Amino acid sequence: MTAEAGARALSGRPAEELTLERLATGELVPGDIRISAETLRAQADLAESRDYGPFAANLRRAAELTALDDAELFHVYEMLRPGRASAAELTELAAWLEAHGAALNAELVRSARDAYVRRGLCR
Amino acid sequence: MSDEGTTRPASSGAARSRRWRRLDLLDARPIHLDQLTVEAPEQGLVAFPTAADRRPSLRMEDGRVVELDGQPEADFDLLDEFIARFGLDLAVAPEAMAIDSLAVARMLVDIDVPRAEIQRLAAGMTPAKLAEVVALLRPAELVLAVAKMRVRRTPSNQAHITNRLDDPALLAADAATAVAYGFRELETTVPVLEHAPSNALALLIGSQVGVPGALTQCSVEEAAELELGLRGLTTYAETISLYGTEGAFVDGDDTPWSKAFLCSAYASRGLKMRVTSGAGAEVLMAAAEGSSMASLESRCVSLTWAIGSQGTQNGGIDGASVAGSVPDGFRELLAENLMAMTRGLESCSGNDTLVSESDLRRMGRTMPLLLAGSDFLFSGFGFVRRHDNMFGPSNLNGEDLDDYLAIQRDWGFDGVLRWPGEATIGERRERAARAVAAVWGELGLGGIDEARIDAAVAADSSQDLPEDRPHAVSDAAAAIRERRIGLLDAAEALRRRGFTDEAERLLAMARERVRGDLLQPAAIFDERMRCLSAFSDPNDYAGPGTGHAVSVARRAEIAAVRGVLDREALLREQASAAGDVELREIGEATAGEDPAEVVVAVSPAFGLALHRALDGLGVGRILREILAGIEEEGARARVVRVRSTIDLGAIGLAGARLAGSGIAVGIQAKGTALIHRRDLRPLQNLELYSVAPIIDARLYRLLGANAARHAKRGRPVPAQNPYTDQAITARYHARVVAMTAVEREHVVAGAPPVELAVAFPPAEPLGVGELAPAAVGLAPVGEEARR
Repeated sequence: MTAEAGARALSGRPAEELTLERLATGELVPGDIRISAETLRAQADLAESRDYGPFAANLRRAAELTALDDAELFHVYEMLRPGRASAAELTELAAWLEAHGAALNAELVRSARDAYVRRGLCR
Repeated sequence: MSDEGTTRPASSGAARSRRWRRLDLLDARPIHLDQLTVEAPEQGLVAFPTAADRRPSLRMEDGRVVELDGQPEADFDLLDEFIARFGLDLAVAPEAMAIDSLAVARMLVDIDVPRAEIQRLAAGMTPAKLAEVVALLRPAELVLAVAKMRVRRTPSNQAHITNRLDDPALLAADAATAVAYGFRELETTVPVLEHAPSNALALLIGSQVGVPGALTQCSVEEAAELELGLRGLTTYAETISLYGTEGAFVDGDDTPWSKAFLCSAYASRGLKMRVTSGAGAEVLMAAAEGSSMASLESRCVSLTWAIGSQGTQNGGIDGASVAGSVPDGFRELLAENLMAMTRGLESCSGNDTLVSESDLRRMGRTMPLLLAGSDFLFSGFGFVRRHDNMFGPSNLNGEDLDDYLAIQRDWGFDGVLRWPGEATIGERRERAARAVAAVWGELGLGGIDEARIDAAVAADSSQDLPEDRPHAVSDAAAAIRERRIGLLDAAEALRRRGFTDEAERLLAMARERVRGDLLQPAAIFDERMRCLSAFSDPNDYAGPGTGHAVSVARRAEIAAVRGVLDREALLREQASAAGDVELREIGEATAGEDPAEVVVAVSPAFGLALHRALDGLGVGRILREILAGIEEEGARARVVRVRSTIDLGAIGLAGARLAGSGIAVGIQAKGTALIHRRDLRPLQNLELYSVAPIIDARLYRLLGANAARHAKRGRPVPAQNPYTDQAITARYHARVVAMTAVEREHVVAGAPPVELAVAFPPAEPLGVGELAPAAVGLAPVGEEARR
């Protein structure tokens, strides 16, 4: 039930190339063991076909997030915690995500902003 | 409510003296350490929905939810809003909400309604609706519904692997042992946060010893956990907490949106992730907002689905004992698992908190789920000893492994575990400890010497390890963190030090991470690295003969627990006790004429193939006591063997018919004995010692003495069985069956009794020293008589 038989890592290296021989030559790098956006979208397609809509949506957001580094991820997470950001800052954050190819995540942030404003959770 | 049962007796002496003393005993039982409490719906201290809970409702306008469970859109809290926007299939909702809850409850236990159909409808149900549905199920119905609704066909199990010292060699050895027992997910945590990278790496290495594919987790703060996962040191996470009220959520410094983002963040790094929720969490935070536990958990389950998590760890978790304190609490915990399953979510089903001081009660909590099966039966079976579990004791722990395997064997459910055998355990523990030492050495993380390896291999817990290097773990952890050591570094270190299999298995995990199948709902790898998930291995239970079946091979594995008696072992054990008497046949027995003669009639295999009775005494010792008792009372004994029957009544009666006095003692090799008289019917007798395991040498002597008193028309002294609270049948019945079979093999149909010449070895009896009761009985006959 592999969504994509010839999956490639974030670095572009095919999964099958993660071998002891290549390990010994020192050519494998951390990006070779990271999941790619394409693979996440393929898994999302599979999930969609099995009626796992919200799970598929999560994987599509995740696909966008492969392009962000850890610090950026934690910045977004921090901003989404209660009372951290003003409505304007969340609007800005959504725009920043949009500009970094993360339109779905931007949409999530905008919906958070609206709910936080209504429930008094904006800074 | 009556105060009967909760009040103490009046303090006056008269009242106290008349109080039923049984209550003193019951007061002291461990169950009374569990604090039960009255229901308090306003605090959320109630298991299932009451009139105070929100009622199921859903109103839509133009494809938008404008009322959810009685709440108008303008008053939606964060959870309502997130669920309304992301967690409801609005195409199905009108149909699903229109079905009567009782009808849905019946669908859950109707084997003719497919799981997929219920899952389709559940996607359109509001939290209050699903809570109302599961509240209608009785315990047996819950069990059937769980068997049918869990998403993965093949059940699995998770272990907690921790130790108080965060010792890497012990973590690895325990991880490898847990995998040998059959666990497919291993969760660790740290008493000292900075140790996390060391624990994660040690667990990863140990988890891949023996067979590949066990998933590992290091439960720490989110940023640290993501970082470990990113570098391949862990493969999943499950401590992303959800709460059933907005107040609890915000107190936890999160919102459904922040959790949804975190969920995507984990997936973006290829990490499997499930959330955590469960009864009691909101109550403990005084933030239940007057809702029942099932109602709040139903909101959590809806939210789990809505944020796009593949599954949840629920069923109480840290608050399990809060649920346990109120009526129907344990039923509510199982209902939580069912709610997750009904929504198509992986269920990692709790049972990870010790819910009672009573062994009976804690197993009462877990048993129904074991019978039903789950994606993960425990969201942490405490594989380590209770005191070494840094999550706190689980409901079942390292102390309970053999009990668990026995119960699995009793019922034939697939509880996922097996007895790996001592040799396998020894090999895997050593391999794992050495692999960690090799990686530590190769990567310069500090030396783990031979003595430490040996100690870890043998250690039952960290109490068996010296605490001689307080900074070793934090130094190693700091190095792993600063040098960004990851899975590839560990694999290369293993390869260089000759741990090729383990290096390859680490790479196999890396390949799977790139492929992403482990993100699928309820995904695990089996021991051949096949990914089993809701998609590749969907639960297809539809009644008897369907769903997950215990294969012939698996059944053999389940059957092969420790300490199983077989015929060869019994005969070896019996042969080892031979030699404390020599019984020589001297011809067909004839009727005696001496009125003072008592016959001792022994069974067909007595002293031939069977040499030790159930009480541990050698048959020679028993015979000596009986003979001594007879002689003390001035009678004369003659010993015969009855060969034609194993029935004790018939043996005794045959002896009595040969005795000059008409009185005989009959005895079987297992130690059951009686006194018979020639004019009685076979099943009548004068005295019977029926419970062989508790008869001691003194009683056998008394039996002989009483036989003599009967012979001389004297007055016997009544023999009373000793007090015992042993599970006599559990301890001895398998042995009785085996010994009786041997007796029967020695039967010669129609053969007359033969007379026996009895010779005792001159020195101390031989070969009876193995069992304690026999050792006690070694005192010379004369000395025993003086007591």
